[in-house]
Amino acid sequence: MTREPVLTFTERGIYCPAGDFYIDPWRPVDRALITHGHADHARDGMGRYLATHAAGPVMRHRLGDIALETVAYGEVRRIGDASVSFHPAGHVPGSAQIRVEVGGEVWVASGDYKTTPDGLSEAFEPVRCHAFITESTFGLPVFKWKPQDEVVAEINEWWRTNREAGRTSFIGAYSLGKAQRVLASLDASIGPILTHGAVENTNAVMRAQGITLPDTVRVTPDLDAKAHAGAMVIAPPSALGSNWSRRFGAASTGFASGWMALRGIRRRRSGDRGFVMSDHADWDELNRAIAETGAERIFVTHGYTAIFARWLNEQGYDAAVVETEYEGESLDAEAEAEPSEANVSAEDEGKVDPNEAVATKPASKSKSPKKNKNTSGDAGE
Amino acid sequence: MKRFARLFTRLDQTTKTTAKVDALADYFGAAPEADRLWTIALLSGRRPRRGVTTTLLRRWAAERAGLPLWLFEESYPIVGDLAETIALILPDAQSESDESLAYWIGYTKELGPLPEEEKRVRVLAAWDRLGTTERFVFNKLITGGFRMGVSQKLMTRALARATGIDEAELSHRLMGDWSPDSTSFEALILTHDPSADLSKPYPFYLAYQLDDGPEGLSDPADWSAEHKWDGIRGQLILRGGRHFLWSRGEELMTDRFPELAAAGDFVPDGTVLDGEVLAWADEAPMSFNALQKRIGRKTVPKKLLTEAPVVLRAYDLLEHEGRDIRDRPFAERRALLQGMLSACPPEANLRLSPLLEFDDWDRLAALRETSRQLGAEGVMLKRLDSPYLSGRKKGDWWKWKVDPLTVDAVLIYAQQGSGRRANLFTDFTFAAWDGEDLVPFTKAYSGLTDAEFRQITAWVRRNTLQRFGPVRQVKPQHVFEIAFEGIQESPRHKSGIALRFPRMARWRHDKPLAEANTMDDLRALLAAYG
Repeated sequence: MTREPVLTFTERGIYCPAGDFYIDPWRPVDRALITHGHADHARDGMGRYLATHAAGPVMRHRLGDIALETVAYGEVRRIGDASVSFHPAGHVPGSAQIRVEVGGEVWVASGDYKTTPDGLSEAFEPVRCHAFITESTFGLPVFKWKPQDEVVAEINEWWRTNREAGRTSFIGAYSLGKAQRVLASLDASIGPILTHGAVENTNAVMRAQGITLPDTVRVTPDLDAKAHAGAMVIAPPSALGSNWSRRFGAASTGFASGWMALRGIRRRRSGDRGFVMSDHADWDELNRAIAETGAERIFVTHGYTAIFARWLNEQGYDAAVVETEYEGESLDAEAEAEPSEANVSAEDEGKVDPNEAVATKPASKSKSPKKNKNTSGDAGE
Repeated sequence: MKRFARLFTRLDQTTKTTAKVDALADYFGAAPEADRLWTIALLSGRRPRRGVTTTLLRRWAAERAGLPLWLFEESYPIVGDLAETIALILPDAQSESDESLAYWIGYTKELGPLPEEEKRVRVLAAWDRLGTTERFVFNKLITGGFRMGVSQKLMTRALARATGIDEAELSHRLMGDWSPDSTSFEALILTHDPSADLSKPYPFYLAYQLDDGPEGLSDPADWSAEHKWDGIRGQLILRGGRHFLWSRGEELMTDRFPELAAAGDFVPDGTVLDGEVLAWADEAPMSFNALQKRIGRKTVPKKLLTEAPVVLRAYDLLEHEGRDIRDRPFAERRALLQGMLSACPPEANLRLSPLLEFDDWDRLAALRETSRQLGAEGVMLKRLDSPYLSGRKKGDWWKWKVDPLTVDAVLIYAQQGSGRRANLFTDFTFAAWDGEDLVPFTKAYSGLTDAEFRQITAWVRRNTLQRFGPVRQVKPQHVFEIAFEGIQESPRHKSGIALRFPRMARWRHDKPLAEANTMDDLRALLAAYG
């Protein structure tokens, strides 16, 4: 007799038959367990939401008045015949891997994760399981992050040099997670730190929940940009190079993303600097995290799925690609309006963030709903 | 090599020209002489010969990283650069070293004749001693393709600043047949002796495109005009009883065009001519196609010499009686040229590029319209009082090309680019209708904006019908206007035609698929302009 799997992959999202709930669904369902507040994981229109205490405020900020219940990390909930608990994923503050146990069998859906502490997010915690659902945004051996203190030193050094030359420093960073991480790593003694509205809104939410961030000044239409020469400005990538940023005069532009590890992408962004800083696991982290789960079955959801699954199979795992609508690390908000099919091209993928959409004019007229299919074969290119 | 790697990083970290020149000038001011010379060589396209095949490098890199070769091969197109992929994939270096750039170039040059196993040992040893950026540079040195986002012009400007030598003078010194093995920084740059190198060409003067017609220029009487010939720009040097022919890309082409040896029998020694190498029959240029057969052939079979003989159609005189006359007015140089060539019989294989007679711009515009029939690309305008400058400079010389030919074609195959264009579909094949069939007839890679490339990339992903390795066949749906400079018969292509300089002029969102051009339309163009 074969048992029903603990989790199944459906049109609506990852589903648990024993508990009748979904994890990070992309279509409206009655009950949704959410790993973290990014738009491709926490979507509108669910009947009920369950997430960590720390993820709650951002979700309310983004999704408005939702039926949200929150739990502490490690707290075990019984839902139907399933026991569920949330464990730190280290991706952004409040992010979790969701552990689901049914009849002694344990599956873990990890959402997005990184294993290196970033100083803001709750540190990643390995969870033993039989089956592990993993991302593979940077699932290629060319992605190996440098020690983060080196990157932080690069950012501060760049800022200091710019300030001495009378230039404003712009960093493009996603407004939830990356922006705060950059912010927390800045040496505030260098100069004032300014933020784009989308970033500052998230800052406010995080400060209210007790996360300490350096002082920032919100960029408003009446802000005197000239009075802040040499400042650091943190904004969504889409706001850079727009009218919004032009009033600051002489400036140097940097992007903080894992994609900056590749020279071709760095040059195409045509910013002055690329800082390799990601909220996703690099190649070694992915492999180590998977090994530490002790799982034999691995499901690869988004990123370089086909390549990574093939690699895992060669390492002796029973690995398979599953199609989801998760998107990995966004860099290029211009692509937001464009439905595209896979995460391969990484940098062309965008997360739909209502806060950030304000700052950009969409690159194309097509406003059709996103239909991102994570076609496995594409990751190979 | 740390200093050179730092230079590379500084250049890579900025898109601003001034910052690049600053970085280079600092480097030229501080680096050891041999490294300076090698940097100049690399940035002017003089690179050491490749000593190891890329197949071997891939295999060794994968082995060293403990990865299967397939995983390396999958990663490479995503990174878009072989040297970079290897640098990223290798484990961290085991030890440190700070040898000079010249040392590492010597190291790569010595690999060539070694047996494979010995090469492997040496390459792995090098990788183990170098940090990521230095490794990348080292890999670039071995694989040969060095591009640092710095043009020769920028490099020359930086060198001028570092040495205090005039930029135009420096660009002249940097021309010609030298390598860091045959000269020194001192001899090449500082104590330059022109007579040391008989073959040394002058920097070519390049014209800008005149986009809006000549009306904005001064009085037509100040200008000279001639057709812009569609051949290979060449500088013919007659010195010391020998002759040398240089291409604009600073390639010595003397042996490829033996016809031009005859010039030495009729033109005095100490002469340098600027002109266009053209395939020539019946006192008129043959099609570019004919010349194409000659390009890239180091030795020319007799048959080809009779089928596609060449001449130099000269339009400027740079050296006269052994003296550099580039600063004299064009009118004066032209008069000397005319005097010299009018005395030459046809077997000198030199022809004067005739001047166009015009009193006003309308007349010149009318003459320009005859260009294509004459085998020219348009007209050249040169100020009568202008000196012969070096490099691309605005103001005194303009090219006024005829409008390109265009066809509307259907996108049928797409392939990803590499490097800067990695992960974007940028290489396309286009087809024309032949009855119910779409026949591929040209490729095109350029002409779209970045936003359009992203848009078409997203579309290609969703509309792939079939894959042939890296090439995807896509749903025939989009029509593009393809602009090109010429059309020729080509038995090598399925369509039987080949276009010159095809590019995407416009994405015809407005054009239904059925209204794309047909093979008959193309054949009609071939009949008119081929």
